[in-house]
Amino acid sequence: MSSSNFNWAVIDADPKFQALHRKKTFFLWGLMVFSIIYYFLLPIGAAYYQELFKTKVWGVVNFGLLFALSEFVVAWVIAFVYSKKANAQFDAMAQEIINDVNSGRI
Amino acid sequence: MSMLNKLMLSAAALGASSAAFAGNGAVADEFKWMTFTVFGVIIAITMAITFWAARTTHTTSEFYAAGRSVSGIQNGWAIAGDYLSAASFLGIAGLISLYGYDGFMYSVGWLVAYITVLLVIAEPCRNIGKYTMGDILAFRNDPKKTKTVAALSTITVSTFYLTAQMVGGGVLIKTLIGIDYEISVIGVGILMLAYVVFGGMKATTWVQITKAVLLVTASIILVIMVWAPYGFSLPGYLQAVVGDADVQKQVAKLLGDKAATMTPEELGQRFLEPGLFLKNPIDQISLGLALVLGTAGMPHILMRFFTVPTAQAARTSVIWAMGIIGGFYVLTLFLGTGAAMLVGPDKIAAVDAGGNMAGPLLAQFLGGGENSLLGNFMLAFVAAVAFATIVAVVAGLVLAAASAMAHDIYVGVIRGDHATPKEQVVAARVASVIVGVIAITVGILAKGQNVAHLVALAFAVAASSNLPAVFLTLYWKKCNTTGIILGMIVGTVTAIGLVMISPNMTYPKAVIASANKVLSGEPAVPAKEAAPAVERSSFMCELFAMEGCVLAKPAQAAAAEKPAKPGAAEKLAGLNARLPTLETDLAKAATPELKATVEADLAKVKKDIAAVEKAKAKAEGDLAKFEGQTTSIMGLEKPFFLLKNPGLISIPLGFLLVIFGSLFTRDKRAEEMWDELYVRQNTGINAEAASAH
Repeated sequence: MSSSNFNWAVIDADPKFQALHRKKTFFLWGLMVFSIIYYFLLPIGAAYYQELFKTKVWGVVNFGLLFALSEFVVAWVIAFVYSKKANAQFDAMAQEIINDVNSGRI
Repeated sequence: MSMLNKLMLSAAALGASSAAFAGNGAVADEFKWMTFTVFGVIIAITMAITFWAARTTHTTSEFYAAGRSVSGIQNGWAIAGDYLSAASFLGIAGLISLYGYDGFMYSVGWLVAYITVLLVIAEPCRNIGKYTMGDILAFRNDPKKTKTVAALSTITVSTFYLTAQMVGGGVLIKTLIGIDYEISVIGVGILMLAYVVFGGMKATTWVQITKAVLLVTASIILVIMVWAPYGFSLPGYLQAVVGDADVQKQVAKLLGDKAATMTPEELGQRFLEPGLFLKNPIDQISLGLALVLGTAGMPHILMRFFTVPTAQAARTSVIWAMGIIGGFYVLTLFLGTGAAMLVGPDKIAAVDAGGNMAGPLLAQFLGGGENSLLGNFMLAFVAAVAFATIVAVVAGLVLAAASAMAHDIYVGVIRGDHATPKEQVVAARVASVIVGVIAITVGILAKGQNVAHLVALAFAVAASSNLPAVFLTLYWKKCNTTGIILGMIVGTVTAIGLVMISPNMTYPKAVIASANKVLSGEPAVPAKEAAPAVERSSFMCELFAMEGCVLAKPAQAAAAEKPAKPGAAEKLAGLNARLPTLETDLAKAATPELKATVEADLAKVKKDIAAVEKAKAKAEGDLAKFEGQTTSIMGLEKPFFLLKNPGLISIPLGFLLVIFGSLFTRDKRAEEMWDELYVRQNTGINAEAASAH
């Protein structure tokens, strides 16, 4: 772990890095908390809201089944949203910091 | 050259042994050659992969991380291949075929788990890590101490999971094609060792990719065959499922007395509603926590992120893995319900009580049934995919355990990171052989043991020990060596300790009581008056069987008197007494129609006799096995901890102890290194690069 070439504290304190850190923290935690809450709605609903889960909405297909299927869709949407954001924004921000480091600006 | 010889030898040994020890299984004897042909083709393909991979596996980076040359998409398929074990492939389809909705609900957590992997684990690990979880933990902490606990935890988790896979795989191969349990375990072990020792991570990766592609292909073909007759309409298809007499019969069986007042239509619909299998919501939340946080702490999954060149590729690989794994679980909804409708839950449970044979039997049915060539070819194909599944998962686990043993313990701790590159590769191969031999030995010793708790245990330990340590060292500046050691040890010990006193273990008293019920029947139960709902005395009572606890009970309607149930001997006598009458009826039958009816009756009585005899033999076996025993190996008559999964308690405890341990001691170096760790995990500066080729 050769760490002597870089001054990590300076990079860490750089406004660009701090901006990346704030954006990422907010975005990742938001998605993480949302996904965990949405996931636990399934076992909780299946246990305590059985009448709702048994309600038929599409032929014999009931709310519970659609909700379970929605868990898959929501997981995929979260993955998609995150990868869009990371590819478009986080990667570019990180690249700028790397360029600054390599060019000696930081 | 000698390597090639060894490969050939092990392949030949497996082929010869499988031919010699073929007994009974789901595949009929006259069609076994097909299964072995498909097995042979798959083994040949994986051996070719291994031979090709072995030529470029010389350095440690190549052995542990495939030279970091695996692309994101390839790694996504490999993660799916690593993760979709036989338990999830056959087990979840089986649960759905027997219990409907609850089986499907169970599968959701296995996918949601990857959100944690994607958002907080994959990319930082790629940027910080080298070969093992120990590398990540050692980054800003005392390397020797953290590597030692990380390696111990990795080996513990891998061994639990490995044992469950070996035992499950041995039983599965025996049920499918009748190869002896020991031979199956040794065969799986030798094959997996060949991949790992000669081809390292590159061979393991491609074996996993091959298996994932086979698994997904097989599932898509089956689902198309099941669903196409209904024009790919979801309500149309499920209408047929709930209207099926076999499905309704199964629900009636599961509900018992409550089914008496329900119409067949209601019974069928009940199959799509929650509550037939998972009864305890707190247990489900506990399991959900262990899955969602444990997957991200599974060493064989973490290790996959060291094989890609960049953090971006790590991200791509999780996205692909989520697509494949999630898509596969959606398919299992159709595989499971299709098997319930077409094969029938009764027949599935008769071959394997846990429902593991639902997928294979569905394949056989769709191909034309038990005596058709195509049906048996499809069964053979699915059996071979199951076999490839076991081997691929086991190979990933062995590699993870071996890397902890060789890279963390030997190179890191014993040799103080001063081993020559050549020495490191030798150590890695030797460790793989050691872990492989242990896996085979434990697999054989654990024959017939209850291993269901080991999977839960592996995830619980990963979630309570590995994840808190990795997560907090990556995201919390004050996290240090003391916290990591304390949290990992307490997390592991709590998880294991709670499982040891949980309902997962075998309690002889309960086994003996149920065996006696089978043998001598049950007395009549007097009529019961309606009872109001009972509130539980406290939340702790849901978790522990303490003195003075009253468990919550829903209100109960009045129940009529239940007649006594006969024992096995009485049942057999009754059934056997019917045989002569039926046989005379058969001889006297005047018309072909009458003859056919009597023949059907006769066949049914004979089947019932066989079933009762099987149950009787099992009960007698259980009685003999547990004679004189009253307590579990922990000295308990009944479970003290009431949840099957310890996550609800052990995971928060693991996190808390990492935090406490870190706050009580001050580690200046760990805090000084924080800037470097945090910048590197977010930017990838100085990350381990891909090797030249």
